[in-house]
Amino acid sequence: MNLLSLFHILFTLLSAPLLLGILSRTKSFFSGRKGPPLFQPYYDIWKLLHKGSVYSKTTTWIFKLSPILGFTSTFTLLFLIPFGGSPACLFFQGDILLIAYLLGLLRFFYVMSALDTGSSFEGMGASREVQVSALTEVALILGFVALVKYFGTFSLSEILASSSFELWKNSTPLLALIVASFFIVFLTENARLPIDDPNTHLELTMIHEVMVLDHSGIDLAMIFYTSALKFWILGSWLIHLLLPFHTEYFWVNQLGFILGMGGLAICVGIIESIMARLKLLHIPSLLVTAGTLSALAFLLLLRT
Amino acid sequence: MSTPLFSIRMPWSFPYGTFFIEADPLSIFFLILILLLSVLCAVYSKEYMAPFKHKKSLGAFWIFFVLLVLSMLFVVLARNAILFLIAWEVMALSSFFLVTFEQEDDAVSQAGWTYLVATHLGTAFLFVFFILLGNASGSLDFDSFNSLSLSSPLSTLLFLCALIGFGTKAGLIPFHIWLPEAHPAAPSPVSALMSAVMIKTGIYGLLRALMMLGPPPLAWGYVLIGMGTISGIGGILFALAQHDFKKLLAYSSVENIGIITLGMGLGILGLHAHNPMLTILGFLGALLHILNHGLFKGLLFLGAGSILHYTGTRDINQLGGLLKKMPVTGYTFLVGSVAISGLPPLNGFISEFFIYFGAFKGVSSHVSIAIPSMITILSLSLIGGLAVACFTKIFGTLFLGEPRSKITDAACDPSWFMKAPMVLLTFLCFFIGVCPILFIRPLMAVLASLLLPFGFELFTLEEALSNVTPLLIHIMAFFFIFLFFFLILWMLKKRLLSHQKIETSLTWDCGYAFPSPKMQYTSSSFAQPLTTLFSFLLGRRSLPSLTSYFPHQSSFHSFTTDFFKEKFYHPLFTKIEKPLFYLRRFQYGRIQLYIFYILATLLVLLMWQTGIVI
Repeated sequence: MNLLSLFHILFTLLSAPLLLGILSRTKSFFSGRKGPPLFQPYYDIWKLLHKGSVYSKTTTWIFKLSPILGFTSTFTLLFLIPFGGSPACLFFQGDILLIAYLLGLLRFFYVMSALDTGSSFEGMGASREVQVSALTEVALILGFVALVKYFGTFSLSEILASSSFELWKNSTPLLALIVASFFIVFLTENARLPIDDPNTHLELTMIHEVMVLDHSGIDLAMIFYTSALKFWILGSWLIHLLLPFHTEYFWVNQLGFILGMGGLAICVGIIESIMARLKLLHIPSLLVTAGTLSALAFLLLLRT
Repeated sequence: MSTPLFSIRMPWSFPYGTFFIEADPLSIFFLILILLLSVLCAVYSKEYMAPFKHKKSLGAFWIFFVLLVLSMLFVVLARNAILFLIAWEVMALSSFFLVTFEQEDDAVSQAGWTYLVATHLGTAFLFVFFILLGNASGSLDFDSFNSLSLSSPLSTLLFLCALIGFGTKAGLIPFHIWLPEAHPAAPSPVSALMSAVMIKTGIYGLLRALMMLGPPPLAWGYVLIGMGTISGIGGILFALAQHDFKKLLAYSSVENIGIITLGMGLGILGLHAHNPMLTILGFLGALLHILNHGLFKGLLFLGAGSILHYTGTRDINQLGGLLKKMPVTGYTFLVGSVAISGLPPLNGFISEFFIYFGAFKGVSSHVSIAIPSMITILSLSLIGGLAVACFTKIFGTLFLGEPRSKITDAACDPSWFMKAPMVLLTFLCFFIGVCPILFIRPLMAVLASLLLPFGFELFTLEEALSNVTPLLIHIMAFFFIFLFFFLILWMLKKRLLSHQKIETSLTWDCGYAFPSPKMQYTSSSFAQPLTTLFSFLLGRRSLPSLTSYFPHQSSFHSFTTDFFKEKFYHPLFTKIEKPLFYLRRFQYGRIQLYIFYILATLLVLLMWQTGIVI
């Protein structure tokens, strides 16, 4: 554990919502609108923190528990996530599994709180969520398998620290497959188009957003913040793999990573602007494709 | 070999039998599990069985309960094949009588017969297994089997016999069909005992058989991983499709036995990859999962029993909103559900972590090891995701939302006789999850007794222990960080809310003002996206279609039948039944005739023995 990594955690906590701001600005640029200010996510969180809460008569303690549990899982995940090539606060062989399963814990309690309301809408969201996430988890873990086999280590910090531009030269197809698979996982886990539509609150076509219909006040603020952190966490793997800056200048590496994260938000914004949402029945096929890409990467590795 | 803790060997008048019992660490590991769960289930039964007092004699229940526990103890202690088989048979029969406790119900007696037939078919393979081994060694004592050097076809045959025989008891797919019938039919504490402990004697038998047969070839590892994959994924998929909550839990036992088998398969791979860590992690994960599954499945079945006790239905779709009426049952059930889904910071995560970790070690090896390891990881991750779906479904529909019928009105938390076992099991699930390190050294002793016959050295085990310990310390450190921030956030939220107005109102149903409980998602509709996705195995549900302008009445059912039962066993047994019909002439139901058969058999045997015939 070092001081730098604690500083990284603090930085992530402060800047993660900004990515969502960049994203929505990109979208409004594409649709020719002025759009909300860049710092709108912060204003939203601040506003929600100062509001009271409305709880449904049907709900139980689980409904109040799950936003905190979800936020704690993503927040403590930051202790395991490397930042700009420097290792995470806590890393060990096998931390990958802990990361994957903490995301599982988060999902478990979100689904629970959706079912807790007894609402048919939230039940529908929960039902779709477990289907989508069961398939996403396979793709995610198979991607990890390929990475573990390629880099020969079982710790996320070590894996992401050893990716470099030379590796891209030597094994482009392999890394491209893994990145493609992770990108689908990234979009799915963050409830982004073309899998899920985060903007249409009352449409029957969405998954994530419908599960939090009943949350209000601080609970909603925490859920909102959690999704910003999740965006950062899952995005940071992609940026580490895609833009592995390992120059001798510390600040260049860090700045490259941070700019990369901003670029990712813009990139997602562009995707959301130019793509339509997939038909619900086609989503499993996309997720199985992601799993297959990872498995293919693994098979490529077996050749050597 | 490690020296056993105690060993009693006495001559016995039984042919080929000696009264030979011994306790090595492996036996003691299972003894602890058996005794712990038996005591808890017995305490629970006191109140649970009370309503039956006026209908039938509880004496029979208790006799068979005690016999079941006793026979399980002898199964794990016996070191002579005859003694083992007697204990095995007593275990099967006493559990049969417990399953058919409510035999006046047709479904129950049907389930009982399925169980009786399945267990005896399995035992038949065990007879072959022990007779072949005894033939090779000249004695039926287990210690005489260890020094055998068997030819490879014979040892493979023996392995397959053990796999079918013990696999039937453990509930490995495709030998599992008795399990989802018998477990729901039995009284709940018995289901808990059977699912948490009794089926584990099958795993014990398999482990013991592996020790007897010497270093296993690579192919056995493949077979175990194959069986584990099918059982794991198949089990959880069938569980997902059920809406009888005890049947769902029974299928989930099949899944967990699959996970244990995957661990054992990995362990065997490790022996061939010359990767001691892989072996140790595989078997360590399997052992810990045996214990963990015993704890959380016991807990879940006891919780299910409480619901059944007060509502009298096993149909998930008729229940709902029980958490408010039975908080202790509900929250302990929640912990069990999180644990069985393999999520941190509970015990299920730790054992699955070991198996995963082993498999991740395996992928870096040669192709012959890497591909099965990859399959293990693939199935574990799919099982993990589906288990989350399955247990959010069961907990969500049973305990959350609004009650779906009037049945739940009578529900309340049971007395401490029933609550205490559940609370204790919950505590153990937490304890193993948060402090796994305390359990590693004792488990290493068990591993030592298991792996020494395969030529493992003690120092490799010590080395592995020193590799595993820092991992666990890291995980534990993480859990404490997690807990710390959780508490801080909890207090922060409380503080922020203390100045604010907190209201209660109806659930927001997008402006609809009169939501009714009927509008809620049910267990079937919740699972529908996944059951449709896997309809090749679970069967497609034919929805009624409306054809004309004035459609006729139509019906729909969402009952999922067992693929293996429908497609394999049912046709097979129907075919077998026909020729066997002719044997009925020998079985008229007259006791005099049967005594005559016995006499005739004895006479023939006597003649054969004295050499008159030959």
